[in-house]
Amino acid sequence: MPQFGRYLLQRFARALLTVWGVVTLVFLLVHLIPGDPLDAILGEQAAPEDRAALRASLRLDRPLPEQYARFVGEVLDGTLGHSFRSRDSAVSTLIAEVLPHTGLLALTSMSLALLLALPLGSLAAVRRGTGWDRAASLTAMLGLAIPNIWLGPLLVLLFGVQLRWLPLPGDDAAGPSALILPTLTVGTALMAVLTRQTRASMIEVLSEQYVRAAHARGLSPVAVLFRHALRNALLPVLTVSGAQLGSLLGGTVIAEKIFERPGLGTLFLEAFFDRDIPVIQGCVLVVAVTYVVVNLVIDLLYGVADPRVRLS
Amino acid sequence: MRLPFGAWVVLGFLLLAAFGPLLAPYSPSAIDLEAEYALPSAAHLLGTTDNGVDVLSVVLHGARLACLIALGAVLVSLTVGTLLGTLAGLRGGLTDHVITGVADLVQAFPSIVLNIAILALTARPGLLHVVLALSANGWVLFARLSRAETLRLREAEFVQAARALGASEARVLGRHVVPNLAGPLLVQASAALGGAVLAESTLSFLGLGPGQVASWGALLDQGSAVLLRFPHVALISGTVIALTVLGFNLAGDWLRDRLDPKTR
Repeated sequence: MPQFGRYLLQRFARALLTVWGVVTLVFLLVHLIPGDPLDAILGEQAAPEDRAALRASLRLDRPLPEQYARFVGEVLDGTLGHSFRSRDSAVSTLIAEVLPHTGLLALTSMSLALLLALPLGSLAAVRRGTGWDRAASLTAMLGLAIPNIWLGPLLVLLFGVQLRWLPLPGDDAAGPSALILPTLTVGTALMAVLTRQTRASMIEVLSEQYVRAAHARGLSPVAVLFRHALRNALLPVLTVSGAQLGSLLGGTVIAEKIFERPGLGTLFLEAFFDRDIPVIQGCVLVVAVTYVVVNLVIDLLYGVADPRVRLS
Repeated sequence: MRLPFGAWVVLGFLLLAAFGPLLAPYSPSAIDLEAEYALPSAAHLLGTTDNGVDVLSVVLHGARLACLIALGAVLVSLTVGTLLGTLAGLRGGLTDHVITGVADLVQAFPSIVLNIAILALTARPGLLHVVLALSANGWVLFARLSRAETLRLREAEFVQAARALGASEARVLGRHVVPNLAGPLLVQASAALGGAVLAESTLSFLGLGPGQVASWGALLDQGSAVLLRFPHVALISGTVIALTVLGFNLAGDWLRDRLDPKTR
Protein backbone atom coordinates (compact mmCIF):
# COMPACT_ATOMS: atom_id res chain seq x y z
CA MET A 1 0.00 0.00 0.00
CA PRO A 2 2.85 2.52 -0.05
CA GLN A 3 1.58 3.86 -3.36
CA PHE A 4 -1.87 4.40 -1.94
CA GLY A 5 -0.32 6.21 1.02
CA ARG A 6 1.51 8.52 -1.31
CA TYR A 7 -1.65 9.10 -3.31
CA LEU A 8 -3.53 10.04 -0.11
CA LEU A 9 -0.75 12.37 0.99
CA GLN A 10 -0.60 14.09 -2.38
CA ARG A 11 -4.33 14.70 -2.49
CA PHE A 12 -4.38 16.03 1.07
CA ALA A 13 -1.48 18.36 0.39
CA ARG A 14 -3.15 19.70 -2.73
CA ALA A 15 -6.49 20.20 -0.95
CA LEU A 16 -4.73 22.03 1.89
CA LEU A 17 -2.99 24.28 -0.63
CA THR A 18 -6.33 25.03 -2.29
CA VAL A 19 -7.94 25.88 1.05
CA TRP A 20 -5.09 28.28 1.76
CA GLY A 21 -5.63 29.79 -1.68
CA VAL A 22 -9.35 30.14 -0.96
CA VAL A 23 -8.69 31.90 2.34
CA THR A 24 -6.24 34.26 0.66
CA LEU A 25 -8.58 35.02 -2.21
CA VAL A 26 -11.47 35.74 0.16
CA PHE A 27 -9.21 38.10 2.11
CA LEU A 28 -8.00 39.81 -1.05
CA LEU A 29 -11.54 40.23 -2.37
CA VAL A 30 -11.99 43.34 -0.22
CA HIS A 31 -8.75 44.81 -1.52
CA LEU A 32 -8.89 43.72 -5.15
CA ILE A 33 -12.20 45.36 -5.93
CA PRO A 34 -11.77 48.89 -7.20
CA GLY A 35 -13.22 51.59 -4.95
CA ASP A 36 -13.22 51.99 -1.20
CA PRO A 37 -15.22 49.34 0.69
CA LEU A 38 -16.17 52.12 3.13
CA ASP A 39 -18.20 53.75 0.32
CA ALA A 40 -20.09 50.50 -0.05
CA ILE A 41 -20.77 50.22 3.69
CA LEU A 42 -21.44 53.82 4.72
CA GLY A 43 -22.41 55.40 1.43
CA GLU A 44 -20.34 58.04 -0.29
CA GLN A 45 -21.61 61.00 1.76
CA ALA A 46 -20.59 59.68 5.17
CA ALA A 47 -18.92 62.03 7.66
CA PRO A 48 -15.12 61.82 7.77
CA GLU A 49 -15.15 60.91 11.49
CA ASP A 50 -17.47 57.97 10.81
CA ARG A 51 -15.26 56.79 8.01
CA ALA A 52 -12.13 57.02 10.15
CA ALA A 53 -13.81 55.16 13.00
CA LEU A 54 -15.04 52.38 10.75
CA ARG A 55 -11.72 52.20 8.96
CA ALA A 56 -10.00 51.67 12.30
CA SER A 57 -12.55 49.14 13.56
CA LEU A 58 -12.19 47.17 10.33
CA ARG A 59 -8.42 47.54 10.71
CA LEU A 60 -8.31 48.79 7.12
CA ASP A 61 -5.79 51.40 8.33
CA ARG A 62 -3.29 48.71 9.26
CA PRO A 63 -0.63 47.44 6.85
CA LEU A 64 -1.84 44.69 4.49
CA PRO A 65 0.35 41.88 5.92
CA GLU A 66 -0.97 42.63 9.42
CA GLN A 67 -4.57 42.54 8.17
CA TYR A 68 -3.85 39.26 6.42
CA ALA A 69 -2.32 37.74 9.55
CA ARG A 70 -5.40 38.75 11.58
CA PHE A 71 -7.70 37.28 8.97
CA VAL A 72 -5.85 33.98 8.85
CA GLY A 73 -5.83 33.98 12.66
CA GLU A 74 -9.62 34.38 12.75
CA VAL A 75 -9.99 31.50 10.31
CA LEU A 76 -7.69 29.29 12.38
CA ASP A 77 -9.39 30.04 15.71
CA GLY A 78 -12.72 29.27 14.06
CA THR A 79 -14.51 32.59 14.72
CA LEU A 80 -14.18 33.97 11.15
CA GLY A 81 -14.30 37.47 12.66
CA HIS A 82 -17.30 39.36 14.02
CA SER A 83 -20.43 40.60 12.28
CA PHE A 84 -20.78 44.39 11.86
CA ARG A 85 -24.48 44.39 12.61
CA SER A 86 -24.59 42.07 15.58
CA ARG A 87 -21.22 42.90 17.05
CA ASP A 88 -21.26 40.25 19.74
CA SER A 89 -21.72 37.32 17.40
CA ALA A 90 -18.83 35.54 15.81
CA VAL A 91 -19.47 34.99 12.11
CA SER A 92 -18.97 31.25 12.62
CA THR A 93 -21.81 31.20 15.20
CA LEU A 94 -24.18 32.92 12.76
CA ILE A 95 -23.21 30.46 10.04
CA ALA A 96 -23.46 27.40 12.30
CA GLU A 97 -27.04 28.39 13.22
CA VAL A 98 -28.26 28.29 9.61
CA LEU A 99 -25.90 25.78 8.01
CA PRO A 100 -28.00 22.66 8.83
CA HIS A 101 -30.95 24.07 6.81
CA THR A 102 -28.78 24.57 3.73
CA GLY A 103 -26.94 21.30 4.26
CA LEU A 104 -30.23 19.39 4.37
CA LEU A 105 -31.50 21.06 1.19
CA ALA A 106 -28.21 20.37 -0.61
CA LEU A 107 -28.33 16.75 0.50
CA THR A 108 -31.92 16.13 -0.58
CA SER A 109 -31.27 17.86 -3.92
CA MET A 110 -28.13 15.83 -4.60
CA SER A 111 -29.96 12.62 -3.63
CA LEU A 112 -32.92 13.43 -5.84
CA ALA A 113 -30.60 14.14 -8.77
CA LEU A 114 -28.69 10.87 -8.34
CA LEU A 115 -31.80 8.76 -7.66
CA LEU A 116 -33.41 9.94 -10.89
CA ALA A 117 -30.33 10.28 -13.08
CA LEU A 118 -28.78 6.85 -12.47
CA PRO A 119 -31.76 4.72 -13.54
CA LEU A 120 -32.82 7.16 -16.26
CA GLY A 121 -29.32 7.47 -17.76
CA SER A 122 -28.69 3.71 -17.53
CA LEU A 123 -32.00 2.90 -19.14
CA ALA A 124 -31.27 5.34 -21.95
CA ALA A 125 -27.88 3.70 -22.53
CA VAL A 126 -29.15 0.13 -22.44
CA ARG A 127 -32.17 0.86 -24.62
CA ARG A 128 -30.25 3.21 -26.89
CA GLY A 129 -32.22 4.76 -29.75
CA THR A 130 -35.62 3.69 -28.36
CA GLY A 131 -38.41 5.78 -26.90
CA TRP A 132 -36.81 5.43 -23.45
CA ASP A 133 -33.63 7.00 -24.73
CA ARG A 134 -35.49 9.89 -26.34
CA ALA A 135 -37.59 10.43 -23.22
CA ALA A 136 -34.44 10.59 -21.09
CA SER A 137 -32.77 13.03 -23.51
CA LEU A 138 -35.85 15.23 -23.54
CA THR A 139 -36.04 15.23 -19.73
CA ALA A 140 -32.38 16.18 -19.54
CA MET A 141 -32.76 18.96 -22.09
CA LEU A 142 -35.79 20.45 -20.35
CA GLY A 143 -34.10 20.19 -16.96
CA LEU A 144 -31.11 22.10 -18.26
CA ALA A 145 -33.17 24.70 -20.09
CA ILE A 146 -35.40 25.79 -17.21
CA PRO A 147 -33.61 28.39 -15.06
CA ASN A 148 -34.12 27.70 -11.35
CA ILE A 149 -35.34 31.27 -10.73
CA TRP A 150 -38.18 30.32 -13.06
CA LEU A 151 -38.67 26.70 -12.05
CA GLY A 152 -39.27 27.68 -8.40
CA PRO A 153 -42.20 30.05 -9.07
CA LEU A 154 -43.63 27.59 -11.63
CA LEU A 155 -43.61 24.76 -9.09
CA VAL A 156 -45.27 26.99 -6.49
CA LEU A 157 -47.92 27.96 -9.02
CA LEU A 158 -48.60 24.36 -10.03
CA PHE A 159 -48.33 22.39 -6.79
CA GLY A 160 -49.03 25.14 -4.27
CA VAL A 161 -51.65 27.31 -5.91
CA GLN A 162 -53.42 25.17 -8.53
CA LEU A 163 -53.27 21.66 -7.09
CA ARG A 164 -52.81 22.68 -3.43
CA TRP A 165 -50.77 19.52 -2.83
CA LEU A 166 -47.80 21.21 -1.21
CA PRO A 167 -47.33 24.14 1.18
CA LEU A 168 -46.76 27.65 -0.11
CA PRO A 169 -43.50 29.53 0.60
CA GLY A 170 -43.26 30.94 4.10
CA ASP A 171 -45.77 28.47 5.58
CA ASP A 172 -44.13 27.86 8.96
CA ALA A 173 -46.63 25.18 9.99
CA ALA A 174 -45.61 22.92 7.11
CA GLY A 175 -43.59 19.85 7.98
CA PRO A 176 -41.07 18.01 5.86
CA SER A 177 -43.30 18.43 2.81
CA ALA A 178 -42.05 22.03 2.69
CA LEU A 179 -38.73 20.62 1.50
CA ILE A 180 -40.12 19.01 -1.67
CA LEU A 181 -40.43 22.04 -3.94
CA PRO A 182 -37.08 23.61 -2.93
CA THR A 183 -35.44 20.22 -3.54
CA LEU A 184 -36.95 20.04 -7.03
CA THR A 185 -35.88 23.64 -7.74
CA VAL A 186 -32.27 22.98 -6.78
CA GLY A 187 -31.95 19.37 -7.96
CA THR A 188 -33.50 19.45 -11.44
CA ALA A 189 -30.55 20.98 -13.29
CA LEU A 190 -28.12 18.57 -11.60
CA MET A 191 -30.42 15.67 -12.44
CA ALA A 192 -30.26 16.70 -16.10
CA VAL A 193 -26.46 16.95 -16.12
CA LEU A 194 -26.05 13.61 -14.34
CA THR A 195 -28.54 11.84 -16.62
CA ARG A 196 -26.46 12.87 -19.62
CA GLN A 197 -23.25 11.81 -17.90
CA THR A 198 -24.66 8.45 -16.78
CA ARG A 199 -25.91 7.72 -20.28
CA ALA A 200 -22.57 8.65 -21.88
CA SER A 201 -20.39 6.66 -19.49
CA MET A 202 -22.75 3.67 -19.54
CA ILE A 203 -22.59 3.56 -23.34
CA GLU A 204 -18.81 3.63 -23.14
CA VAL A 205 -18.60 0.94 -20.47
CA LEU A 206 -21.10 -1.36 -22.20
CA SER A 207 -18.78 -1.65 -25.19
CA GLU A 208 -15.79 -2.63 -23.02
CA GLN A 209 -14.19 -6.06 -23.34
CA TYR A 210 -14.92 -7.02 -19.74
CA VAL A 211 -18.64 -6.43 -20.20
CA ARG A 212 -18.68 -8.56 -23.33
CA ALA A 213 -16.61 -11.17 -21.52
CA ALA A 214 -19.12 -11.20 -18.66
CA HIS A 215 -21.95 -11.69 -21.13
CA ALA A 216 -19.96 -14.46 -22.83
CA ARG A 217 -19.45 -16.20 -19.49
CA GLY A 218 -23.21 -16.51 -19.34
CA LEU A 219 -23.91 -14.02 -16.57
CA SER A 220 -27.45 -12.72 -16.47
CA PRO A 221 -27.92 -9.31 -18.11
CA VAL A 222 -28.97 -7.85 -14.75
CA ALA A 223 -25.78 -9.07 -13.06
CA VAL A 224 -23.64 -7.71 -15.89
CA LEU A 225 -25.44 -4.38 -15.70
CA PHE A 226 -25.10 -3.90 -11.97
CA ARG A 227 -21.89 -5.70 -11.10
CA HIS A 228 -19.79 -4.83 -14.12
CA ALA A 229 -21.22 -1.90 -16.05
CA LEU A 230 -22.86 0.44 -13.55
CA ARG A 231 -20.02 0.12 -11.06
CA ASN A 232 -17.51 1.37 -13.60
CA ALA A 233 -19.84 3.93 -15.11
CA LEU A 234 -20.46 5.44 -11.67
CA LEU A 235 -16.99 6.93 -11.32
CA PRO A 236 -17.28 9.71 -13.93
CA VAL A 237 -20.79 10.44 -12.63
CA LEU A 238 -19.33 10.91 -9.15
CA THR A 239 -16.68 13.28 -10.49
CA VAL A 240 -19.26 15.36 -12.32
CA SER A 241 -21.42 15.50 -9.18
CA GLY A 242 -18.45 16.97 -7.33
CA ALA A 243 -17.72 19.48 -10.04
CA GLN A 244 -21.41 20.51 -10.04
CA LEU A 245 -21.50 21.06 -6.28
CA GLY A 246 -20.79 24.74 -6.80
CA SER A 247 -23.85 25.34 -8.94
CA LEU A 248 -25.87 23.19 -6.53
CA LEU A 249 -24.89 25.42 -3.62
CA GLY A 250 -25.57 28.49 -5.78
CA GLY A 251 -29.02 27.02 -6.39
CA THR A 252 -29.71 26.82 -2.66
CA VAL A 253 -29.25 30.61 -2.41
CA ILE A 254 -32.00 31.06 -5.00
CA ALA A 255 -34.30 28.41 -3.53
CA GLU A 256 -33.97 29.89 -0.04
CA LYS A 257 -35.04 33.26 -1.40
CA ILE A 258 -38.00 31.87 -3.39
CA PHE A 259 -39.25 29.61 -0.59
CA GLU A 260 -38.42 32.03 2.23
CA ARG A 261 -36.30 29.44 3.99
CA PRO A 262 -33.58 30.16 6.53
CA GLY A 263 -30.08 29.11 5.50
CA LEU A 264 -26.66 30.17 4.36
CA GLY A 265 -28.08 31.84 1.24
CA THR A 266 -30.54 33.93 3.24
CA LEU A 267 -27.80 34.95 5.67
CA PHE A 268 -25.58 35.81 2.69
CA LEU A 269 -28.23 37.97 1.02
CA GLU A 270 -29.04 39.77 4.28
CA ALA A 271 -25.32 40.41 4.72
CA PHE A 272 -25.22 41.78 1.17
CA PHE A 273 -27.91 44.36 1.87
CA ASP A 274 -26.28 45.28 5.20
CA ARG A 275 -22.86 45.30 3.52
CA ASP A 276 -21.78 43.15 6.47
CA ILE A 277 -18.40 42.28 4.99
CA PRO A 278 -17.17 39.76 7.60
CA VAL A 279 -20.37 37.73 7.23
CA ILE A 280 -20.08 37.88 3.42
CA GLN A 281 -16.49 36.68 3.60
CA GLY A 282 -17.44 33.95 6.06
CA CYS A 283 -20.25 32.61 3.85
CA VAL A 284 -18.05 32.63 0.75
CA LEU A 285 -15.29 30.87 2.66
CA VAL A 286 -17.56 28.15 4.04
CA VAL A 287 -19.06 27.44 0.61
CA ALA A 288 -15.69 27.29 -1.17
CA VAL A 289 -14.07 25.13 1.51
CA THR A 290 -17.07 22.75 1.37
CA TYR A 291 -16.47 22.46 -2.36
CA VAL A 292 -12.80 21.64 -1.85
CA VAL A 293 -13.47 19.09 0.92
CA VAL A 294 -16.26 17.28 -0.94
CA ASN A 295 -14.11 17.05 -4.06
CA LEU A 296 -11.22 15.73 -1.98
CA VAL A 297 -13.49 13.00 -0.58
CA ILE A 298 -14.65 12.13 -4.11
CA ASP A 299 -11.03 11.98 -5.26
CA LEU A 300 -10.21 9.60 -2.43
CA LEU A 301 -13.27 7.44 -3.14
CA TYR A 302 -12.15 7.33 -6.73
CA GLY A 303 -8.77 6.07 -5.59
CA VAL A 304 -10.39 3.38 -3.45
CA ALA A 305 -12.79 2.26 -6.17
CA ASP A 306 -10.40 2.31 -9.08
CA PRO A 307 -6.86 1.01 -8.52
CA ARG A 308 -5.76 2.47 -11.84
CA VAL A 309 -6.13 5.95 -10.37
CA ARG A 310 -4.03 5.49 -7.27
CA LEU A 311 -1.32 3.40 -8.88
CA SER A 312 -0.63 5.64 -11.85
CA MET B 1 -29.01 28.49 -45.36
CA ARG B 2 -31.79 27.31 -43.07
CA LEU B 3 -31.46 28.67 -39.58
CA PRO B 4 -32.57 26.45 -36.71
CA PHE B 5 -34.82 27.53 -33.84
CA GLY B 6 -31.95 28.53 -31.54
CA ALA B 7 -30.42 30.87 -34.09
CA TRP B 8 -33.79 32.55 -34.66
CA VAL B 9 -34.19 33.12 -30.93
CA VAL B 10 -30.70 34.64 -30.72
CA LEU B 11 -31.39 36.82 -33.75
CA GLY B 12 -34.70 37.94 -32.26
CA PHE B 13 -33.01 38.72 -28.94
CA LEU B 14 -30.34 40.84 -30.64
CA LEU B 15 -32.97 42.72 -32.64
CA LEU B 16 -35.01 43.32 -29.47
CA ALA B 17 -31.91 44.62 -27.72
CA ALA B 18 -31.14 46.96 -30.63
CA PHE B 19 -34.62 48.27 -31.39
CA GLY B 20 -36.78 47.13 -28.46
CA PRO B 21 -36.59 50.36 -26.46
CA LEU B 22 -37.70 52.30 -29.59
CA LEU B 23 -40.73 50.02 -30.02
CA ALA B 24 -41.77 50.10 -26.36
CA PRO B 25 -45.27 51.62 -26.10
CA TYR B 26 -44.58 53.14 -22.65
CA SER B 27 -41.63 54.14 -20.53
CA PRO B 28 -40.55 51.25 -18.27
CA SER B 29 -41.00 53.62 -15.31
CA ALA B 30 -44.39 55.09 -16.32
CA ILE B 31 -46.70 54.63 -13.34
CA ASP B 32 -50.41 54.00 -13.76
CA LEU B 33 -51.83 53.04 -10.36
CA GLU B 34 -55.32 52.57 -11.82
CA ALA B 35 -54.06 49.67 -13.92
CA GLU B 36 -51.80 47.83 -11.45
CA TYR B 37 -51.34 44.11 -12.31
CA ALA B 38 -53.77 44.40 -15.22
CA LEU B 39 -54.14 41.31 -17.40
CA PRO B 40 -53.02 41.56 -21.03
CA SER B 41 -55.30 43.85 -23.02
CA ALA B 42 -55.21 46.13 -26.07
CA ALA B 43 -53.72 48.97 -24.00
CA HIS B 44 -51.13 46.72 -22.33
CA LEU B 45 -50.38 43.79 -24.62
CA LEU B 46 -48.59 41.80 -21.88
CA GLY B 47 -50.45 43.36 -18.95
CA THR B 48 -48.93 45.47 -16.18
CA THR B 49 -46.86 44.88 -13.04
CA ASP B 50 -46.06 46.84 -9.85
CA ASN B 51 -47.54 50.39 -9.99
CA GLY B 52 -49.17 49.63 -13.33
CA VAL B 53 -45.89 49.61 -15.26
CA ASP B 54 -46.34 48.11 -18.74
CA VAL B 55 -44.81 44.60 -18.86
CA LEU B 56 -44.09 44.68 -22.61
CA SER B 57 -42.10 47.90 -22.21
CA VAL B 58 -40.07 46.38 -19.37
CA VAL B 59 -39.40 43.28 -21.48
CA LEU B 60 -38.27 45.41 -24.44
CA HIS B 61 -36.00 47.64 -22.36
CA GLY B 62 -34.80 44.65 -20.33
CA ALA B 63 -33.59 42.96 -23.52
CA ARG B 64 -31.10 45.76 -24.06
CA LEU B 65 -29.82 45.56 -20.49
CA ALA B 66 -29.45 41.78 -20.66
CA CYS B 67 -27.71 42.03 -24.03
CA LEU B 68 -25.27 44.76 -22.97
CA ILE B 69 -24.28 42.89 -19.82
CA ALA B 70 -24.01 39.53 -21.56
CA LEU B 71 -21.95 40.89 -24.46
CA GLY B 72 -19.71 42.83 -22.09
CA ALA B 73 -19.14 39.92 -19.73
CA VAL B 74 -18.47 37.43 -22.52
CA LEU B 75 -16.16 39.84 -24.34
CA VAL B 76 -14.06 40.41 -21.20
CA SER B 77 -14.11 36.69 -20.27
CA LEU B 78 -13.22 35.62 -23.80
CA THR B 79 -10.33 38.06 -24.11
CA VAL B 80 -8.81 37.47 -20.69
CA GLY B 81 -9.48 33.71 -20.70
CA THR B 82 -8.10 33.09 -24.18
CA LEU B 83 -4.98 35.15 -23.53
CA LEU B 84 -4.23 33.33 -20.27
CA GLY B 85 -5.18 29.89 -21.62
CA THR B 86 -3.10 30.20 -24.78
CA LEU B 87 -0.20 31.54 -22.74
CA ALA B 88 -0.43 28.59 -20.34
CA GLY B 89 -0.61 26.14 -23.22
CA LEU B 90 2.29 27.62 -25.16
CA ARG B 91 4.64 28.40 -22.28
CA GLY B 92 3.97 25.38 -20.06
CA GLY B 93 6.05 25.08 -16.90
CA LEU B 94 5.53 27.57 -14.09
CA THR B 95 3.29 29.89 -16.13
CA ASP B 96 0.98 26.97 -16.83
CA HIS B 97 0.97 25.88 -13.16
CA VAL B 98 0.12 29.37 -11.89
CA ILE B 99 -2.66 30.03 -14.42
CA THR B 100 -4.19 26.56 -14.01
CA GLY B 101 -3.92 26.88 -10.24
CA VAL B 102 -5.75 30.22 -10.14
CA ALA B 103 -8.41 28.83 -12.50
CA ASP B 104 -8.92 25.81 -10.19
CA LEU B 105 -9.14 28.14 -7.22
CA VAL B 106 -11.79 30.38 -8.79
CA GLN B 107 -13.79 27.28 -9.71
CA ALA B 108 -14.12 26.40 -6.01
CA PHE B 109 -16.44 29.42 -5.65
CA PRO B 110 -20.00 29.00 -6.93
CA SER B 111 -20.28 31.65 -9.63
CA ILE B 112 -23.40 33.31 -8.23
CA VAL B 113 -21.85 33.50 -4.73
CA LEU B 114 -18.66 35.09 -6.06
CA ASN B 115 -20.70 37.55 -8.17
CA ILE B 116 -22.74 38.62 -5.14
CA ALA B 117 -19.67 38.99 -2.93
CA ILE B 118 -18.03 41.24 -5.52
CA LEU B 119 -21.13 43.39 -5.95
CA ALA B 120 -21.45 43.69 -2.16
CA LEU B 121 -18.14 45.53 -2.08
CA THR B 122 -19.11 48.19 -4.60
CA ALA B 123 -20.92 51.31 -3.45
CA ARG B 124 -23.53 51.46 -6.20
CA PRO B 125 -23.43 48.42 -8.44
CA GLY B 126 -23.80 49.66 -12.02
CA LEU B 127 -23.68 48.05 -15.43
CA LEU B 128 -19.89 47.90 -15.47
CA HIS B 129 -19.71 46.34 -12.01
CA VAL B 130 -22.08 43.56 -13.02
CA VAL B 131 -20.04 42.94 -16.19
CA LEU B 132 -16.83 42.69 -14.17
CA ALA B 133 -18.43 40.53 -11.48
CA LEU B 134 -19.64 38.07 -14.14
CA SER B 135 -16.21 38.09 -15.78
CA ALA B 136 -14.50 37.27 -12.48
CA ASN B 137 -15.33 33.62 -13.04
CA GLY B 138 -16.40 33.74 -16.70
CA TRP B 139 -12.78 33.71 -17.91
CA VAL B 140 -12.06 30.29 -16.39
CA LEU B 141 -13.95 28.22 -18.98
CA PHE B 142 -12.35 30.13 -21.87
CA ALA B 143 -8.91 29.71 -20.33
CA ARG B 144 -9.38 25.95 -19.87
CA LEU B 145 -10.71 25.52 -23.39
CA SER B 146 -8.01 27.57 -25.11
CA ARG B 147 -5.28 25.90 -23.03
CA ALA B 148 -6.49 22.42 -23.98
CA GLU B 149 -6.87 23.41 -27.63
CA THR B 150 -3.44 25.02 -27.72
CA LEU B 151 -1.85 21.91 -26.24
CA ARG B 152 -3.63 19.76 -28.81
CA LEU B 153 -2.83 22.05 -31.75
CA ARG B 154 0.81 22.43 -30.75
CA GLU B 155 1.29 18.74 -31.38
CA ALA B 156 -1.11 18.45 -34.32
CA GLU B 157 0.36 17.08 -37.51
CA PHE B 158 -0.53 20.06 -39.67
CA VAL B 159 1.20 22.40 -37.20
CA GLN B 160 4.29 20.23 -37.12
CA ALA B 161 4.20 20.10 -40.90
CA ALA B 162 4.09 23.90 -41.06
CA ARG B 163 7.06 24.06 -38.70
CA ALA B 164 8.94 21.48 -40.72
CA LEU B 165 8.35 23.59 -43.84
CA GLY B 166 10.14 26.42 -42.08
CA ALA B 167 7.21 28.62 -41.01
CA SER B 168 8.06 31.13 -38.31
CA GLU B 169 6.57 30.79 -34.82
CA ALA B 170 4.39 33.86 -35.45
CA ARG B 171 3.09 32.42 -38.70
CA VAL B 172 2.34 29.07 -37.04
CA LEU B 173 0.39 30.90 -34.34
CA GLY B 174 -1.43 33.31 -36.62
CA ARG B 175 -2.18 31.03 -39.56
CA HIS B 176 -2.59 27.64 -37.93
CA VAL B 177 -3.24 27.79 -34.20
CA VAL B 178 -5.50 30.83 -33.74
CA PRO B 179 -7.89 30.07 -36.66
CA ASN B 180 -8.41 26.60 -35.26
CA LEU B 181 -9.08 28.02 -31.80
CA ALA B 182 -11.82 30.26 -33.16
CA GLY B 183 -14.42 27.53 -33.69
CA PRO B 184 -14.46 26.02 -30.20
CA LEU B 185 -14.25 29.50 -28.65
CA LEU B 186 -17.25 30.66 -30.68
CA VAL B 187 -19.28 27.66 -29.50
CA GLN B 188 -18.26 28.34 -25.91
CA ALA B 189 -19.09 32.03 -26.32
CA SER B 190 -22.61 31.23 -27.46
CA ALA B 191 -23.26 29.09 -24.39
CA ALA B 192 -21.59 31.73 -22.20
CA LEU B 193 -23.87 34.45 -23.57
CA GLY B 194 -26.89 32.42 -22.51
CA GLY B 195 -25.27 31.87 -19.14
CA ALA B 196 -24.60 35.58 -18.73
CA VAL B 197 -28.20 36.49 -19.59
CA LEU B 198 -29.30 34.03 -16.93
CA ALA B 199 -26.76 35.36 -14.42
CA GLU B 200 -27.92 38.95 -14.95
CA SER B 201 -31.54 37.85 -14.51
CA THR B 202 -30.63 35.90 -11.38
CA LEU B 203 -28.79 38.85 -9.83
CA SER B 204 -31.69 41.19 -10.62
CA PHE B 205 -34.12 38.57 -9.33
CA LEU B 206 -32.25 38.54 -6.03
CA GLY B 207 -32.43 42.34 -5.99
CA LEU B 208 -28.71 42.81 -6.63
CA GLY B 209 -28.82 43.95 -10.24
CA PRO B 210 -27.39 47.14 -11.64
CA GLY B 211 -30.35 49.10 -10.27
CA GLN B 212 -31.91 49.73 -13.66
CA VAL B 213 -35.64 50.20 -13.98
CA ALA B 214 -36.15 47.52 -16.58
CA SER B 215 -34.67 44.10 -16.00
CA TRP B 216 -36.15 40.67 -16.74
CA GLY B 217 -34.96 39.27 -13.43
CA ALA B 218 -36.46 42.14 -11.44
CA LEU B 219 -39.74 41.67 -13.33
CA LEU B 220 -39.73 37.96 -12.43
CA ASP B 221 -39.08 38.92 -8.81
CA GLN B 222 -42.07 41.30 -8.83
CA GLY B 223 -44.14 38.61 -10.51
CA SER B 224 -43.13 36.00 -7.92
CA ALA B 225 -44.23 38.30 -5.11
CA VAL B 226 -47.77 38.48 -6.54
CA LEU B 227 -47.73 34.97 -7.96
CA LEU B 228 -50.85 33.85 -6.10
CA ARG B 229 -53.09 36.62 -7.41
CA PHE B 230 -51.49 37.83 -10.67
CA PRO B 231 -49.44 34.96 -12.13
CA HIS B 232 -49.17 36.54 -15.59
CA VAL B 233 -46.22 38.78 -14.64
CA ALA B 234 -44.05 35.85 -13.51
CA LEU B 235 -45.23 33.61 -16.34
CA ILE B 236 -44.31 36.14 -19.02
CA SER B 237 -40.95 37.23 -17.61
CA GLY B 238 -39.93 33.66 -16.78
CA THR B 239 -40.78 32.47 -20.27
CA VAL B 240 -38.76 35.29 -21.84
CA ILE B 241 -35.69 34.43 -19.73
CA ALA B 242 -35.98 30.67 -20.26
CA LEU B 243 -36.53 31.04 -24.00
CA THR B 244 -33.50 33.30 -24.44
CA VAL B 245 -31.19 31.01 -22.46
CA LEU B 246 -32.47 27.96 -24.33
CA GLY B 247 -31.98 29.78 -27.64
CA PHE B 248 -28.32 30.52 -26.93
CA ASN B 249 -27.67 26.94 -25.84
CA LEU B 250 -29.33 25.48 -28.94
CA ALA B 251 -27.47 27.96 -31.15
CA GLY B 252 -24.21 26.85 -29.51
CA ASP B 253 -24.99 23.18 -30.18
CA TRP B 254 -25.87 24.00 -33.77
CA LEU B 255 -22.66 26.00 -34.25
CA ARG B 256 -20.62 23.13 -32.81
CA ASP B 257 -22.14 20.67 -35.25
CA ARG B 258 -21.62 23.00 -38.19
CA LEU B 259 -18.03 23.91 -37.31
CA ASP B 260 -16.96 20.34 -36.68
CA PRO B 261 -16.35 18.77 -40.09
CA LYS B 262 -16.49 15.32 -38.49
CA THR B 263 -20.18 15.59 -37.63
CA ARG B 264 -21.21 17.04 -40.98
